[in-house]
Amino acid sequence: MKIRVHVTLKPGVLDPQGRATHHTLENMGFDGIEDVRCGRMIDLEVAPTVTDEDIADMCRKLLANTVIENFDIVRFDMDAAAA
Amino acid sequence: MKTAVIRFPGSNCDRDMQVALRQLTGQEPNIIWHSETTIGDDIDFIAIPGGFSYGDYLRSGALAARSAIMQDIVRAAERGVPMIGICNGFQVLTETRLLPGALMRNSGLDFVCRDVSLKANPNASPMLTELSADTSYSIPVAHHDGNYFADQETLDELEAEGRIAFRYEDNPNGSMRNIAGIVNKRGNILGMMPHPERAVDPACGGTDGATILRSMLAATMAAA
Repeated sequence: MKIRVHVTLKPGVLDPQGRATHHTLENMGFDGIEDVRCGRMIDLEVAPTVTDEDIADMCRKLLANTVIENFDIVRFDMDAAAA
Repeated sequence: MKTAVIRFPGSNCDRDMQVALRQLTGQEPNIIWHSETTIGDDIDFIAIPGGFSYGDYLRSGALAARSAIMQDIVRAAERGVPMIGICNGFQVLTETRLLPGALMRNSGLDFVCRDVSLKANPNASPMLTELSADTSYSIPVAHHDGNYFADQETLDELEAEGRIAFRYEDNPNGSMRNIAGIVNKRGNILGMMPHPERAVDPACGGTDGATILRSMLAATMAAA
């Protein structure tokens, strides 16, 4: 089973990397960018017995720092993808 | 007095801390490897040094915070054992939630490596009573992730309880309310980004760091 975890900064938490990337994109001539936020993506390969609650527990205890970050869990159904 | 310095893979201020503690206590500190499960019951003072534990993978301090030795340090913290976490050590303490908040990328995105001027709050902890609120302490910083963040409620609580131990006079990293160091509620845990262990010898630019560590060690001695 493939799990993808998206870790993003909470709204309101200053993101200096996102801001610098935003400025650079504008300097390169890209218009119309309203905001850029940088986050992290973590792919896990887990046994089918691992539940969403287990993954959420991993996120709360290690993968995300919930003082500053939110997380979002996406589960890929490989059988469906293959069909 | 028995002191301990915790060493993680990637710690790089452990030996500076060892030298500082040796100089200030006259005794050799125990160097404790991250995979140990106990610091020992006879340790009076714990230092979590700076560096780049686990290569700063995932988040600065995140992996070190889940190491075997940190579980015993959490127990020691609950027993009231005095401890200091410096730079990466501060990041480790916030990641274990022994201290509130988080240390984020510097607002200017640059690695900042220079002396900064700090104002102390001697009432923040019994460990800091030898400091003066009127003095500016010159201590080096060297970090990329030193930008202290906490939600407004936590910041207000830190202010109200007088737990902001050190503030920058000239904020180098965007830290909220110029926070350079904080203590826990009980006052036995200090986390700070600047490096007092790098300012203990006049030949290396000053001894203000020795003043801070000496105050902490004197309080530890008095309580022991």
